[in-house]
Amino acid sequence: MSAKPYAITLDVGSSLANKTGSWREERAVYVDRMPPCNDACPAGENIQAWLYEAEEGEGGYERAWRKLVEDNPLPAVMGRVCYHPCETACNRGQLDEAVGIHSVERFLGDEAIKRGWQLERGAEPSGKRVLVVGAGPSGLSAAYHLTRLGHAVTIRDAGPMAGGMMRFGIPRYRLPRDVLEAEIQRILDLGVELELNHKVEDVLEAMREGGFDAAFLAVGAHIGRRAYVPAGEAERIVDAVSLLEGLEEGEKPLLGRRVAVYGGGDTAMDAARTARRLGATDAVVIYRRTRERMPAHDFEVAEAEEEGVMMRWLSTVKHFEDGKLLLERMELDEGGFPQPTGETEELEADSLVLALGQEADLSLLDGVPGIEVADGVVEVGPNMMTGHAGVFAGGDMVPAERTVTVGVGHGKRAARHIDAWLRGDEHEPPLRHELAGFDLLNTWYYSEAPRAEQPRLEAVRRASSFDEVVGGLDESNALFEARRCLSCGNCFSCDNCYGVCPDNAVIKLGAPGERYEIDLDFCKGCGLCVAECPCGAIEMVPEET
Amino acid sequence: MAEHAETETGERDQRVRFYQVGSHVVGNRLLDPEQRTVQARMDRSNTLTSGHRACRGCGEALGARYVLDAAMRASEGKLVAANATGCLEVFSTPFPESSWQLPWIHSLFGNAPAVASGVAAALRAKGREDVRVVGQGGDGGTVDIGFGCLSGMFERNDDVLYVCYDNEAYMNTGVQRSGATPPAARTANTKPIGEHPGNAFGQGKDMPRIAMAHGIPYVATATVSEPHDLERKVETAIGLRGARYIHVFVPCPLGWGAEPRDTIKLARLVKETGLFPVFEAIDGEVTGVSKIRRRTPVEEYLRPQRRYAHLFGEHPRPDIVERLQAIADRNIREYGLFGDGSEEEVGW
Ligand SMILES: Cc1cc2nc3c(=O)[nH]c(=O)nc-3n(C[C@H](O)[C@H](O)[C@H](O)COP(=O)(O)OP(=O)(O)OC[C@H]3O[C@@H](n4cnc5c(N)ncnc54)[C@H](O)[C@@H]3O)c2cc1C
Ligand SMILES: Cc1ncc(C[n+]2csc(CCOP(=O)(O)OP(=O)(O)O)c2C)c(N)n1
Ligand code: SF4
Ligand code: SF4
Ligand SMILES: [Mg+2]
Repeated sequence: MSAKPYAITLDVGSSLANKTGSWREERAVYVDRMPPCNDACPAGENIQAWLYEAEEGEGGYERAWRKLVEDNPLPAVMGRVCYHPCETACNRGQLDEAVGIHSVERFLGDEAIKRGWQLERGAEPSGKRVLVVGAGPSGLSAAYHLTRLGHAVTIRDAGPMAGGMMRFGIPRYRLPRDVLEAEIQRILDLGVELELNHKVEDVLEAMREGGFDAAFLAVGAHIGRRAYVPAGEAERIVDAVSLLEGLEEGEKPLLGRRVAVYGGGDTAMDAARTARRLGATDAVVIYRRTRERMPAHDFEVAEAEEEGVMMRWLSTVKHFEDGKLLLERMELDEGGFPQPTGETEELEADSLVLALGQEADLSLLDGVPGIEVADGVVEVGPNMMTGHAGVFAGGDMVPAERTVTVGVGHGKRAARHIDAWLRGDEHEPPLRHELAGFDLLNTWYYSEAPRAEQPRLEAVRRASSFDEVVGGLDESNALFEARRCLSCGNCFSCDNCYGVCPDNAVIKLGAPGERYEIDLDFCKGCGLCVAECPCGAIEMVPEET
Repeated sequence: MAEHAETETGERDQRVRFYQVGSHVVGNRLLDPEQRTVQARMDRSNTLTSGHRACRGCGEALGARYVLDAAMRASEGKLVAANATGCLEVFSTPFPESSWQLPWIHSLFGNAPAVASGVAAALRAKGREDVRVVGQGGDGGTVDIGFGCLSGMFERNDDVLYVCYDNEAYMNTGVQRSGATPPAARTANTKPIGEHPGNAFGQGKDMPRIAMAHGIPYVATATVSEPHDLERKVETAIGLRGARYIHVFVPCPLGWGAEPRDTIKLARLVKETGLFPVFEAIDGEVTGVSKIRRRTPVEEYLRPQRRYAHLFGEHPRPDIVERLQAIADRNIREYGLFGDGSEEEVGW
């Protein structure tokens, strides 16, 4: 019998011999794009990547936490106090509601504390010593990253306890102290030396004396800004920062029943909410503009109102005498600036708390050559170095938004540059990938999933105790929330490209996570894999002809 | 682990499901491998392998691989296909090459159902009923020239799964209209001229309903945009004996004047508009429909296709778009395609 089938004159063969890739005008190429959350995070967290790990549940939580602390050693704190610009940027916000990144972060942070996960040291000892001034978030972050990079770090802080404004500003009902302490302790456990009650008066002197090779300054901004309010001798006027600080040090401030708070920022809200908890029946915030123009975050204002804090918009304090505040009504001009109207009214008050912002005490830099100070803050370069070589600075004392997260980000960035500087090198930040905008997603593939809400303490219990107001997610809704992430711009092994290619030109390389490759022998360049990739992790690139 | 998490928290308001990907992507690392599609598997058969000469972004090539890979898995690799003349045959088997990685017979344009019936009869005679038979063809081969022998196959309840890949015209010979071409669509012989441009409004041939009218064990429709749904239907069909029919909607970039990258999008939109009801029927009775997730006006489906360009150009025909919308609305009413039945109940 003939080997060939009947009536066939040529050898039968597979179409694999026909390399249809030659038809192609464009090719599909896998890319990693920058998720908007990562792009917006001041601490430079790789949010999408740690959510990806967390989505696996149980086994993934520790991996998620480890990925998270590569950038930020304070997730339990941050998951509570960060104003989460990541969520404002989150693409899912355009689909239904942003992913509750902060609530998953907090869950992971709390898990780590509960299970005693420890940080890792990293590099070999470098033999270099770095002085960090200030044990607030920025100093702690720098100390952590510098230690991981192999340097010996000493933190000096003027205060009796570490934490900076996280302890002496942010009230307990938003940040329980055991959480704060656990995360600080874990950094110290890496071998960071902490010297409390040790104010640095002259930084160069301190460096010389201690034999430090570099310094990172993060002294914050602690001096409450005063406004001149003509007042009778007996009237009680305190500034918000001293009030909160005193409370933390065990003082029992006497504010009376009727407390007025002057200012419109988060500190004003915290002062008023604290006053309520200390027994004030009336806590009134007085602010010269409107609610829309208040610098305080919406959630802070809302939570304050829930707790019975009252608001007096478009008002300034003229005078304080005989338990009465004289207020003047303001009007916004075209530019949005408050202008006096001449109309006044009276408000009864036992005390007035000023929450008008803080200034930095920069005396430790007096006489240091090269230092430039503008608007009360120290100028630094993109590498966080001041005008004096070897002296770096970050956090509230440099020009930037004043938040814990920005402080942590500065600490990380400074640590990388200090490391390079100590090695006689320059740190090249990695190139930023192209942003994974909403228009690059194919949202069909994501399921409807409403955001998991965190529980809240009832308002009555809030007004009488410093118990934490916002509760954490539990295991199941944290997992749910993590899985709402769209994985913008980064492959999450959904197999869509592998499935939808009509030419089988997508090669699956292995188990989830091992990704795919385009078989250019057969890719015709139809673009289906790109169009159907849910997260925008493939692009079409023209062939050179 | 995944299912475990689900049962544990099954009573909660917010159940742990497989967000971010839910039930819509091809695979999902969070799912048990058995619950992912066949297309996600590294060991899928690739019954239609690379090197075929289908156009870029061909929906028919994709649909055929989806169907036959699923059928191969469901039949444990014991499968024969009889294929009518048409694009699917021409682009896959230019002499002497073949893209098929399963036993495959080319019939004539008009007799694939009869050839499949014959193969099934031969297997029965040889006592090899473990080997399953698929007949397949384009819409022309199915609803027009092959119609008589398909109806016979149904009527005799032959043990064949017949699959129609509907790209709504005779593509292989240059885009002539078929009995499945939709109203108003331009083809080579339904030009956009005169009072009633494009294909005429009329009954057409609603093949799935005609199949149901034969009272055969299983009839289903599907599109290439939802592989979970498609594969489940193929698996169900292979699990049954007797005459079965699956009608798969497969966009054709060339014949429709659409971008190759839009093939799956158009398949998704045809279902989301209601123009193509996705359902299944057992013994002639509709037993399940795929609900619309994001209700979409037909215009969004029509616009990206040049075969409908005459409805939107310089002399737009909103009246015709409205008539097409009315068809979609009627389908939605008739099959109950929209509302109640949450997303979770649909599909797999
Ligand atoms: C009431 C209040 C509420 C806030 N709420 C939030 C919030 O919810 N979320 C948020 O992101 N941000 C919040 N902030 C802002 C945030 O706390 C600060 O931006 C952040 O703590 C700044 O970090 P830092 O490390 O720069 O300085 P700090 O946290 O201020 O720490 C500076 C440290 O340096 C020490 N120090 C100062 N001078 C010397 C010296 N010469 N020698 C040695 N040590 C010195 C201080 O004792 C202090 O411990 C709040 C601020 C206040 C006041
Ligand atoms: C009896 C007969 N008439 C006409 C032809 C020419 N012919 C081959 S394929 C085809 C149309 C195929 O259309 P369809 O079945 O819809 O498949 P498609 O190519 O669209 O996938 C025609 C008319 C033929 N092969 N045999
Ligand atoms: S969906 Fe996920 S990756 Fe995208 S922005 Fe939100 S958290 Fe980041
Ligand atoms: S789907 Fe396949 S053929 Fe089309 S661009 Fe992607 S790899 Fe190439
Ligand atoms: Mg056809």
